[in-house]
Amino acid sequence: MGMMLLRLLIPMVVILALAPVGMMYLTWLERKVIARIQDRVGPNRVGPYGLLQPVADGIKMLTKEDLVPEGADRLCHFLAPILIVVPALFLFTVLPFGPGLVAAPLTTGLLFFVAIGSTETLAIFMAGWGSRNKFSLLGAVRNAAQLIAYEVPLVLSLAVVPMVVGSLNLLEIIAAQQGGWFLFTPWGIAGFFLTLTAGLAEVNRTPFDLPEAESEIVAGFHTEYSGMKFALFYMAEFLSTLAISGLGAVLFMGGWLGPGFLPAWIWMGMKTLLLVFVMIWVRGTLPRFRIDQLMSFAWKVLIPLALANLAGAACWVLLPALWGNLLSAGLAFGTFLVTTQLWLAPKLHLPTHWLTKES
Amino acid sequence: MNYNLNYLFLGVFFLAALVVPLLPIVLARFVAPKKPGPTKNAPYECGMETEGDTWVQFRVQYYLFAILFVVFDVEALFLFPWAVVFKEMGVPGLIAMGTFLGILALGLVYAWQKGALEWE
Repeated sequence: MGMMLLRLLIPMVVILALAPVGMMYLTWLERKVIARIQDRVGPNRVGPYGLLQPVADGIKMLTKEDLVPEGADRLCHFLAPILIVVPALFLFTVLPFGPGLVAAPLTTGLLFFVAIGSTETLAIFMAGWGSRNKFSLLGAVRNAAQLIAYEVPLVLSLAVVPMVVGSLNLLEIIAAQQGGWFLFTPWGIAGFFLTLTAGLAEVNRTPFDLPEAESEIVAGFHTEYSGMKFALFYMAEFLSTLAISGLGAVLFMGGWLGPGFLPAWIWMGMKTLLLVFVMIWVRGTLPRFRIDQLMSFAWKVLIPLALANLAGAACWVLLPALWGNLLSAGLAFGTFLVTTQLWLAPKLHLPTHWLTKES
Repeated sequence: MNYNLNYLFLGVFFLAALVVPLLPIVLARFVAPKKPGPTKNAPYECGMETEGDTWVQFRVQYYLFAILFVVFDVEALFLFPWAVVFKEMGVPGLIAMGTFLGILALGLVYAWQKGALEWE
């Protein structure tokens, strides 16, 4: 009984205590990296290297007045920031950080992650609707459209991993990569880039941050939020970023597997942070999509590519080694070429001229 | 046993996770100033007075995308269980799923050709 209680309590306390701290230092990391990309120094006044800046920000947020606009749906307005943080925290319960270091080793871990992650749309829509502000509502509707559009390629690109491993259990997926990361298989690298692209959209990060495009609709769905509630939206966004990076590391980069001279959780942490860094880097490099480009990109580029990648993975499993490799490499290479347009091109050159009909 | 424990954990975790957002909100209640005013509580629209009702109909385009999404999301529902047993089923499984996905892909092509994916 005592053991059981400990088994329940320890991971709970660790996640709930570490997640806010992790989020605080992600804001610091993001500001530092973006500053360096933009040839600035970034926060450097509070503490050494500005390391206490997140604490100062937290105290500032705490002492700010909490405004609720006239005529708002007060219940929606109040619940939204809570309901967005809770699923973001839930994402960490299934992520394995080392052998035995997983709070809930579900047999359906991957499915659980995707399901819980997609409920954040609801909270964002509540925030936009409840605020009774035109900018907020526009942001919320955009967000719903965007998230449902990118949910499909995300799910399709994640499905290649259980196809090859034969399990949704994240621990078994890691164990299957003992011989080599999935990133180094043809379907793996394509799936990795698709997941990362769709994942960026799922967590509303640049270049997919239309729901909170400050140059168009102020702050989108959280325009009418101030103080601590405003901070909670950021917390959810950063936590989701961290979690989706963690999932990418687990599915394609071998999770906590690594040479034995460092403990497993450090490897997992390093891979996750590497992916977070890439996401910040993308934010510092790319401009924002237009809404028509955004929808076209999901439906006309990502979904067909993800379907091709599924076919590629099927070939890789079923056909004899050489033919399977060749076929899936061919399919994946096409996928790779198109998706990397996003990452490698100096400016965003989406093939939109054939996507949008001239009318 | 372990199975039940996992779900028990997730249930308790939900309650415990509520503390993380609620604690700062409650704390801010005591710390933050509270001076509402008619101007301060008006909807923020960059200084312009708000015009008309906010909760109005929005464009039908969003609805079209939502319908397309439902189709593909149901497909995702079938895709995951299929992916788990894919290796054991082999070629017959691939043909079955290939037919299903092929029909869906045809539907996407149809919607594309009909201009349902255009955003004007």
